[in-house]
Amino acid sequence: MEIAVKNLTKRFEHLTVLDRVNLQIQDKEFIGLLGPSGSGKTTLLRILAGLELADDGAVEIDGRDSSTLSLDERRVGFVFQHYALFNHMTVFQNVAFGLQVKPRQARKSSAAIAQRVRELLGLVQLQAFEDRFPTQLSGGQRQRVALARTLAIEPKVLLLDEPFGALDAKVRVELRRSLREIHDTAGLTTVFVTHDQDEALDLADRVAIINRGIIEQVGTPVEVYDAPKSPFVFDFLGHTNSFDCVVRGGKAYLGENQLVPDEVIRDGPAVAFVRSHDVLLARVDKAQTTTSTRRLPGTALVRFISALGQRAVAEILYERRLIEVEMTRETLQELGLQVGSKCTISLRHARVYARREAEEQTRVAERAAVRPRKRRRFRDRLSTLR
Amino acid sequence: MIASVGHRSWTVLPGFGLALGITLTYLGLIVLIPLSGLLLKAGDAGPAKIWAELSSPRTLAAFRLSLGMAFLAAVCNALFGFVLAWVLVRYRFAGRRLMDAMIDLPFALPTAVAGISLAQLYSTNGWLGGALAQAGITVAFTPLGVLIALIFVGLPFVVRTVQPVLEELDREIEEAAVLLGAARWDIIRRVVMPPLRPAVMTGATLAFARAIGEYGSVIFIAGNMPGYSEIVPLLIVIKLEQYDYLGAAVIASGMLIASFVLLLAINLLQARMRRWQGG
Amino acid sequence: MARAKASRVAPGQALPLSESPGVRVTLIAVAGVFFIVFLLLPLIVVFAEALRQGFHAYWSGLGDPETLAAIRLTVLTAILVVPVNTVFGVAAAWAITKFTFAGKNLLITLIDVPFSVSPVIGGMVFVLLFGLPGVFGPWLATHDIKIIFAVPGVIIATLFVTLPFVARELIPLMQKQGTDQEEAAIMLGANGLQTFLRITLPNIKWGLLYGVLLCNGRAIGEFGAVAVVSGHIMGLTNTMPLHVEVLYNDFNFVAAFAVASLLVMMAFATLVLKTVLESRAALKSPSLP
Repeated sequence: MEIAVKNLTKRFEHLTVLDRVNLQIQDKEFIGLLGPSGSGKTTLLRILAGLELADDGAVEIDGRDSSTLSLDERRVGFVFQHYALFNHMTVFQNVAFGLQVKPRQARKSSAAIAQRVRELLGLVQLQAFEDRFPTQLSGGQRQRVALARTLAIEPKVLLLDEPFGALDAKVRVELRRSLREIHDTAGLTTVFVTHDQDEALDLADRVAIINRGIIEQVGTPVEVYDAPKSPFVFDFLGHTNSFDCVVRGGKAYLGENQLVPDEVIRDGPAVAFVRSHDVLLARVDKAQTTTSTRRLPGTALVRFISALGQRAVAEILYERRLIEVEMTRETLQELGLQVGSKCTISLRHARVYARREAEEQTRVAERAAVRPRKRRRFRDRLSTLR
Repeated sequence: MIASVGHRSWTVLPGFGLALGITLTYLGLIVLIPLSGLLLKAGDAGPAKIWAELSSPRTLAAFRLSLGMAFLAAVCNALFGFVLAWVLVRYRFAGRRLMDAMIDLPFALPTAVAGISLAQLYSTNGWLGGALAQAGITVAFTPLGVLIALIFVGLPFVVRTVQPVLEELDREIEEAAVLLGAARWDIIRRVVMPPLRPAVMTGATLAFARAIGEYGSVIFIAGNMPGYSEIVPLLIVIKLEQYDYLGAAVIASGMLIASFVLLLAINLLQARMRRWQGG
Repeated sequence: MARAKASRVAPGQALPLSESPGVRVTLIAVAGVFFIVFLLLPLIVVFAEALRQGFHAYWSGLGDPETLAAIRLTVLTAILVVPVNTVFGVAAAWAITKFTFAGKNLLITLIDVPFSVSPVIGGMVFVLLFGLPGVFGPWLATHDIKIIFAVPGVIIATLFVTLPFVARELIPLMQKQGTDQEEAAIMLGANGLQTFLRITLPNIKWGLLYGVLLCNGRAIGEFGAVAVVSGHIMGLTNTMPLHVEVLYNDFNFVAAFAVASLLVMMAFATLVLKTVLESRAALKSPSLP
């Protein structure tokens, strides 16, 4: 079932929650709507479900305007953030509900309904719980009941609102796998909403990143992570280290290095965003530069080291700014760095954005507040680049 | 797609039109039209008559009595109601459950029953009335009788408003204060009381609002002497019986306006209460 | 700033987490005395007076034909009034809690009006409407339809004063429950009626019963409004509370207290059921009854 969202706009009082949103969802796709709270992602999902109406624009399901379709024709299943299970009914009755309220002609016999319910409970591995009440279940179990209940009506599209939000990390991982399996076996088109980027990047075929009612970027997890189009997307998907630079004649200058911006940026102040694992350190006394990396001028001071699992994270102070560096424990040991050591920085990969855009969309300016914001003349800025 | 239908935003739940229709029609027929009728009738009287009616000594005395005794009763209920709530929530003693359940009695009991019962109890040959008479205090057929009846009627309000707040009070706050070296009375005064104040105020105002309009509980014990122990609701009834509909309408409108003002005050107080509870 | 003498905690001494025993006993005593004087004694008086001349007088007081008529009218009123106001309460709560629209707060305040005005006004407005001087008075007179000083007037006045009870219980309850479950039911294909009967109703059943109970209690016990409207016509338009007044004013104390004792027993039943429902629903009355 293909869904086309065309110029969808929704206002709530004086706030524009969705602003001319366009999105194409392919048949049998597993797509995640990822964004911070208040970005409009849940509103978009609810409009897709038919729970709310947009103020402008249209949603087309397989080419037909959804507002002309009845609820059955839409074949949509919706799983609520807090599951919305019927607390006064048993697990069995919850799952059977959709089948029992069908109009007389379409309704199956109670034996057929019971069989289908048990099938579904088997699918989500809750066969032993059919007589329990929702209040007697754990969060993960309730989630599975909500899923089974929705699948009972044989939807073509599955919509999930923050499906794993309230669950423990371990339960979350298990449920993610089951959800993906169910999607694949049942041939559903699945759209889910989340603010957790690990979840989105892990599960989805494609991810749509949404901020303040606008879709910033749509792409595969690899695309959005490696080639984020805007500072917001970059910053949202992982930790960001930022370095000031200047664009002149289409090239960005950071120290003695030249970076080529991925998109055309006007001359002027710019910012280079770098992922923690793209910052390479070297001991000052051991010059280890390879030609493929770019060394930044000056030295940095190691302030803090944390070795978590097989990863190590170091916090270093460079030009009065805190930089987060990620590496393997082996690398850390090889480098022989400790708190208080001096080191040099090289960047493996950076993305350059215009400074104003970066400041509007992220909190770069606040992070840079370690250094007092003096207005510096262009000439002085040039002198630091030498 | 049109999202706004009239003043409200569309939702997928059905039945709005039907439910609101029933509500507004019924409310209009039973409450709005009759009450407007009252105000219109009062308006019919013309400013001169309205003034005459409201400023007649009998009316003024009735308002003084109703408002004055209602106020005193509310104060009494604030005090004793607080003690009752405190004792019911914080202490364990024999008969506590019974006491708790019976707090609602003035609510569940028909006012006429309360009326004759109190009248009997405080009459000069009643159990309490007799004892008090020996001390030289007459209750029946005096404003004091009115006060007693209004205390009875308003009793549950403060208790039931304060109880839930008291129950929700986090004991850890008191423990923290103790560990910081505070004495018990200080703790009560500075840590426990402040969140309870809005609740007591709300309860007392509810009691007050109920008391000014109370009829059945009061008329038997009050004696109903004009200018002395006659409450406003009774004055209205007497005017109706004398076919002075305009006069009755004027006084009733006065009471209605007072009730509206109180209703607004109560809503504000309750909103303040909810804020205090971090709602 | 002056401070009360701080009770420094000596080693081995418990923290002063509660009032001293002396204070506690005093407070309990004060509460107890207040309780006895204001709540217990009036109750006991009713039965003491009713039985003052023995059981026989008590029974004959109750068996009087006019008393029986009063009982019948009270029961009739309750049977008519409670279902109507229950339907209203459910409709109002549904509209108010499941939808957003302008003027909601005003509507809630208006529903509270009968609860906050004097019951005398509750009766009086209908006298002004349907009585001789009223808007419909002449028309009713020509068609020989009696509302005031007849049973319909009693019913309508009781409708007025008991109007808010069910709504007041349901509105906070349904507001707390939200719309998620109903939306889920609709998404699963249920229509409006199915959603209401199978999802909403089971969720509100204790609050609903509670509201019905309070509405019923008030319908039986209402005095002021009905006093104005009924005309005190013996055997015809007297409810039980009115009958109590009539008997008392006639100095027929034993009969008056006998009927009053019946009302007290009904009030007790209400209190007991109320306590049971409260613990069943584990709801603290969100608004006062």
